[in-house]
Amino acid sequence: MNRYPLWKYLLILVVLLAGLIYTLPNFYGESPAVQVQPLRASLKADEALRARIEGILKDAGLHPEVVALDGSSVKARFAGTDEQIKAKDVLVTQLGEDYMAALNLLSRSPQWLTGLHALPMYLGLDLRGGVHFLLQVDMKAALDKALEAATGDIRSALREQNLAYAGVTREGNELVVRFRDAAARAKGEAEIKQRFADYALVDKDQGGEFLLRATLKPEAERRIQDSAIQQNLMTLRNRVNELGVAEPVIQQQGADRVVVQLPGVQDTARAKDILGRTATLEVRMVDEEHQISPGAAAPFGTDMFKDREGNLLLVKKQVILTGERINDAQPGFDSRTNEAAVHINLDGVGARKFKEATRENVGKRMAIILFEKGKGEVVTAPVIREEIGGGRVQISGQMNAVEAQDTALLLRAGALAAPMEIVEERTVGPSLGAENIQRGFDSTKIGFMMIAVFMVAYYLMFGTISVLALGANLLLLVALLSMLQATLTLPGMAGIALTLGMAIDANVLINERIREELRNGVTPQAAIHAGYDRAWGTILDSNVTTLIAGVALFMFGSGPIKGFAVVLCLGILTSMFSAILVSRALVNIIYGRRARLSNVAIG
Amino acid sequence: MEFFKIKRDIPFMSYGKITTTISLVTFLVAVFFLATKGLNFGVDFTGGTVIEVHYAQPADIAKVRERMAATGLPDALVQNFGSSQDVLIQVPLKQNLAGAKLSEQVMESLRVQDATVEMRRVEFVGPQVGKDLIENGAMALLLVSLGIVGYLWLRFEWKFGLAAIIANLHDVVIILGFFAFFQWEFSLSVLAAVLAVLGYSVNESVVVFDRIRENFRSMRKAGVAEIIDNAITRTMSRTIITHGSTQMMVGAMLLMGGETLHYFAMALTIGILFSIYSSVLVASPLLMMFGVSREDFIKPEPTEAEEVLP
Repeated sequence: MNRYPLWKYLLILVVLLAGLIYTLPNFYGESPAVQVQPLRASLKADEALRARIEGILKDAGLHPEVVALDGSSVKARFAGTDEQIKAKDVLVTQLGEDYMAALNLLSRSPQWLTGLHALPMYLGLDLRGGVHFLLQVDMKAALDKALEAATGDIRSALREQNLAYAGVTREGNELVVRFRDAAARAKGEAEIKQRFADYALVDKDQGGEFLLRATLKPEAERRIQDSAIQQNLMTLRNRVNELGVAEPVIQQQGADRVVVQLPGVQDTARAKDILGRTATLEVRMVDEEHQISPGAAAPFGTDMFKDREGNLLLVKKQVILTGERINDAQPGFDSRTNEAAVHINLDGVGARKFKEATRENVGKRMAIILFEKGKGEVVTAPVIREEIGGGRVQISGQMNAVEAQDTALLLRAGALAAPMEIVEERTVGPSLGAENIQRGFDSTKIGFMMIAVFMVAYYLMFGTISVLALGANLLLLVALLSMLQATLTLPGMAGIALTLGMAIDANVLINERIREELRNGVTPQAAIHAGYDRAWGTILDSNVTTLIAGVALFMFGSGPIKGFAVVLCLGILTSMFSAILVSRALVNIIYGRRARLSNVAIG
Repeated sequence: MEFFKIKRDIPFMSYGKITTTISLVTFLVAVFFLATKGLNFGVDFTGGTVIEVHYAQPADIAKVRERMAATGLPDALVQNFGSSQDVLIQVPLKQNLAGAKLSEQVMESLRVQDATVEMRRVEFVGPQVGKDLIENGAMALLLVSLGIVGYLWLRFEWKFGLAAIIANLHDVVIILGFFAFFQWEFSLSVLAAVLAVLGYSVNESVVVFDRIRENFRSMRKAGVAEIIDNAITRTMSRTIITHGSTQMMVGAMLLMGGETLHYFAMALTIGILFSIYSSVLVASPLLMMFGVSREDFIKPEPTEAEEVLP
């Protein structure tokens, strides 16, 4: 009765072998490496780039262990960090701005393992060191901006069609268009309905005025918010690329939050500076009708900003262009005055709008305003000399070369569609990360050893089998975590230890049951059979309840806690397999074949 | 080797009154401390900034405090963390200071005094995030409780589900009571430990309940109290050994896991100790109080139909 068919043994063997293979990469450790990634879509990481990098490194007298193509990047592995840093410097200067070279760690596991997609466990930031940011996107600002832009667009649409209207104003989340009579309103409404499908329109007569109220439809609101977060994600990706970080994580979390994880980043100040710059760019016309009176509020329809010198400037509220329309921005010099300048390249829509605005406003001043953290600053307010077509714009003001470079970087990285604020930061230094790994590893090791000694002493042969099963459990759990590339955090390591401590429960249940059956005078073979059989229901029940806790933690936990929950859930699955199948297979091999078994070593 | 050679069943149920009183008292004491002292919520929940720094030589806490005051943070909490060279600085949330910038200001200020200071860890949590974490934690607790009651109801009977969840929430309240009494920091990882305990200690009740169900079927003549006593006595050996093993792991974590895992392991330790007690001495008397009976399991036999065998 205690025999397994051959296929069951084979299945267990195959699973354990697979477990061993996928656990292996964790033993090889990691070497310092440099990762090179093209920053432009037109450039590909290919064999040519790999060969070029190999050549550059060779010429510099460096000896990489491997230079390999890996997905969208080329990685070069070195024996020590000295060579790694030298190599990075060489590559940065030789490859130029189109490529990003970042320091990274690369597994030392042999090629055949990597070929099987057997990779070491993916360590969380608390274990490898790095920065984690949670950024909150200001959605209200995104909507405000859309409404503000629509105000101007409605005006120009009505004007274009020569439709008479008395004014367009914004009242909270509503746009109000005033008409002089019902007929004009009907015409205007038809035009607006056709051109602005995102808005729901309602007629209203009030105090002899014929009003048309426009509000954003809920689905349009959702779309604006969605595209705002998408654009911010894109922008953050570009900015992180400028930082030169290997394997960054930039993800949306919930409706209005973004997670940014930068493994291995030491200089958090610079990272925060570049990420936290919530710069948005707006092009508006300078208001020249009103006088500036210091201390007084800006007149209706205008905003007051300071320029770089600290002088006040009145600027119209209507936005001609936003940073979204910028394709590229490069620092350079004005060809005539040799002043530092930023050359901007606009996209099609931006170029057309810019052309229109410059045509209508020749001789007037235009302000380019950079908004950082809610505060606007006029970068420059040049006089428009002529119509500017083709989307090529040059900004030159009172800036030096470094400022030009900074401004260009921000513009190039794309402006944010809505401002963002860091609402959570977790930074772990590399030394603490390494220490955390050591501590987690040590406590698991000691705990495991104590359990092993106790189990063997208490249950003799069955204890030994239980310990082997527990070892199989650890192997499978680590293999599963490596295979899924689930993020291992410090609480996750605690989870490994805890699931091991809990997994032994199944074997204790079985062993106790076998003892009890033996005490009741049942033959050893029958006792083993009954022990496994009766304990099964209990093991299942108790594991399901723990699984419920694990799933709830996974659903509601964040960051490190999620890591704990993943380990807990996976650990329960592997422990069911190893405690029941693996230990039973061992028992069957040892005792199952003997026809007349007089006693078993269970203490 | 065998620790438990118990010949006769221990009459746990006849102690029911005493044990229920004891647990009621501990429960009320825990509630009392929770109400009066409250939990010492960590930065995860309250929002604020925590900075851990490392010095090459033993740190002068008084000087660090001075620096903090000079930086305009007189209410910063400065203390040693794990060793004399490690210092933990906690700064409560402030309206006027941009949270994310704070850690840099602090580090700059500390470098003025001692250039060897090394940043080990920074945690900044904004007010909204802290609020979300509290809400999510409460949701997780609720979901786990409902899930467990539901599952036990499905597998056993509603009486079992209810008895088990009361016993285990009793454990949770006691863990929280300890954290309130000693004013240990209640962080996100402690919450995870509490929820893990909830799932884990239900195992305990499940094992006993399983035996009770089995006994109702096999011990046809015995009374309810006898059946429960037998179930507890029979599973006691397993209870102690299992918890002992788990505690070995958790103990290793408590001693060697470092400061970050310390309170996590502490919550687990308390949870494990009390779950032994509560599953035996709280859940089972409750089960009796709810009036568990043989009829809950053994449905009146359907009239025997003839079986067709191949």
